[in-house]
Amino acid sequence: MELFGDYTLRVVALGSGVLGAAAGALGSFAYLRRQSLVGDALSHAALPGIALVFLLTGSKAPLPIMLGAACAGWISTLAVRLVVRRSRVPYDSALGMALAVFFGFGLVLLTAIQKRPDAAQAGLESFLFGQAASLLREDVVVMSILGAGCLIVLGALWKEFKLLSFDSEFGDSLGRPMRRVDGLFTLLLVVAVVIGLRTVGVVLMSAMVVAPAAAARQLTNRLAPMVVIAAVIGVISGVSGAVLSSLIPRLPTGPTIVLVLSAFVVLSLVFAPGRGLFWRWIRLGRLQPAAALNPVLMHLYALSQQHPEEPDHGHGLAVLRTMSPAGADLEQVLGDLQSRGLAHVVGEGLWAPTPIGRREAERSLDHEAEVRS
Amino acid sequence: MSPELEILAIAIVTAVAAALPGTYLVLRRTAMVSDAISHAILPGIVVAFFLTQDLNSPLLMVAAAATGVLTVVLIEALIRSRLVPEDASIGIVFPALFSIGVILISRGASDVHLDTDAVLLGELAFAPFHRLTVAGVDLGPAALWSMGAILAVNAVLILLAWKELKLATVDASLAALLGFQPLVVHYGLMTMVSVTAVGAFDAVGSILVVALMIAPPATAYLLAERLGPMIGFAVATAAAGAALGWAVALALDVSIAGAIATASGLLFAVAFLAAPQRGLLAQARRRSGQRLDFAVRMLLVHLLHHEDTPEAAEECREAGLFRHLGWREAWTRRVVGKAEQRELVARAGELVLPTEAGRHLANNAVIGFGD
Repeated sequence: MELFGDYTLRVVALGSGVLGAAAGALGSFAYLRRQSLVGDALSHAALPGIALVFLLTGSKAPLPIMLGAACAGWISTLAVRLVVRRSRVPYDSALGMALAVFFGFGLVLLTAIQKRPDAAQAGLESFLFGQAASLLREDVVVMSILGAGCLIVLGALWKEFKLLSFDSEFGDSLGRPMRRVDGLFTLLLVVAVVIGLRTVGVVLMSAMVVAPAAAARQLTNRLAPMVVIAAVIGVISGVSGAVLSSLIPRLPTGPTIVLVLSAFVVLSLVFAPGRGLFWRWIRLGRLQPAAALNPVLMHLYALSQQHPEEPDHGHGLAVLRTMSPAGADLEQVLGDLQSRGLAHVVGEGLWAPTPIGRREAERSLDHEAEVRS
Repeated sequence: MSPELEILAIAIVTAVAAALPGTYLVLRRTAMVSDAISHAILPGIVVAFFLTQDLNSPLLMVAAAATGVLTVVLIEALIRSRLVPEDASIGIVFPALFSIGVILISRGASDVHLDTDAVLLGELAFAPFHRLTVAGVDLGPAALWSMGAILAVNAVLILLAWKELKLATVDASLAALLGFQPLVVHYGLMTMVSVTAVGAFDAVGSILVVALMIAPPATAYLLAERLGPMIGFAVATAAAGAALGWAVALALDVSIAGAIATASGLLFAVAFLAAPQRGLLAQARRRSGQRLDFAVRMLLVHLLHHEDTPEAAEECREAGLFRHLGWREAWTRRVVGKAEQRELVARAGELVLPTEAGRHLANNAVIGFGD
């Protein structure tokens, strides 16, 4: 507990925790809307805003810089929306382009300000990778106010954001202003990203948005618990990353937070109750049927289902061939099925599944359904 | 060659080399993978550096490219588990790998010149200082040779596997059905992306690589309707963006990499506005044409409806049309003029009457929305 007596650490841990909560909660919605990479694009696109504010005011005070970053990020999302709506350029291309072009423009501005490429890059370091250790009390106060603001708006418009994430058209049909809700959500995400720039930097910001949501998604199928769990994971990762990096020398804060987050993701992917890979593996082992899912047998079964009245209605090789990939050695597979008693010849070159074969096929289908669920 | 021209040459070669695989990334909707790969190669570089203690070792390139492919394998594994959607898989994998790289650097190599920001930003201005010399003869900047080789390999591979790449990109299921192994094509393409990103990053930085891989092909996507011309446009746009950015950077003394990214973005913006078929202006023109066309039909329906009726003298009088149709006067004049020009109406004194072609069109418009 002597640890938390350390003033710097307390400030850094608090800042990282606030960031984790805001990014985790908002990230859950981005995750569900398949917009996980927006955080990545936003954080890169913030650079020209920061450079411009610095150019105009010459100050590094947190609020104006954050405001500039937010404006640039916001404009980049508008550009992406315009391009996707009015051209056939796919969403991910538009996003990647906004990310790289805005960032490049930011670099141009920075070098133009300083007229010395080296100096600009040296100043950039904290922006790219974050410098949690340099956080001051006033930074954390601003971050906390913004983060709390985000969470309050999120709570106040919970229903609208839920609609937006699951069925935006339904929201439209109810007469809700879904486009404005969408815009507001993006704005909140911009704020969360901007909070994080000082702490984890541009490159790792996307993990702060995606990873808590991905981990939380494995643990629950309901929105409210997911958002809460994601926020909690964000806080735990932020604080423990800050503590770890202060305990171990030369361990940068941002990357440490991201690795703690990644550990959460891996653990929940593997061990999440019901859904986790580990349980799936166990279930698979228990259910693994004697016959591996044999496509030819499945085709025979599917064909026989079309003649439920006559179990021995056979089908020729030509039919099976059109259902199978080119070059498959059907004769050999059928011979194999016959020797295992799963299929038999019912006429001149006509094949049908045996009753055992039909049962096997049904078991395979059940198994498949189980795996998919 | 002067250093400036050498920089220009490196920039153009790099841009073209990136645009080739980038075209397929844009078409396959996996553009963000380029972002992931270009960041995630960092730990590969660091580990190889620890092993060789030599920043110029070719092993660094190999390790970085391998890490790029590993990134794709991890992303695919996450997607295939069906537990995480595609975009989130990308957003989880590359920050984790990048973090490992940054931590390795700050714990092991902070006394060596291996800057993470140099990896991310690159500096084209320094590229000519690193020369390729064989037996004491200066053959030019090393980056020009390495990117030239990558460009050549990319071009040859794409030509050799043209059909396979095209099919796997346009219709992966059909490709699988015909036995073309779209998975092999996919990983082949991703290897190409990794190698290109690795080759490009130390000249131009990993974030510019993303701009070069996405922006020119996206521009070309607005200009071309077929794969061949699209690649052609992408290559031309890439070279133009590189040259433009280079010139601006030289004139203003700013970051060359940043200027090239900005120029590529501007070229896209120009195409987005003014592309002959798909630009915003063309869309607006098409829309106003359709509006006029629709108005002409409405005019004809109105005229046909009142033709040979007692009210025709009033309803078909040119000066009164705007009132009956509820249009503004200027617009009405324009519509009547257009209809006359297309010989769908003719004037008879004060009246405007449909011609035979006009009657035909009006009848079809009422009956079946046909021509």
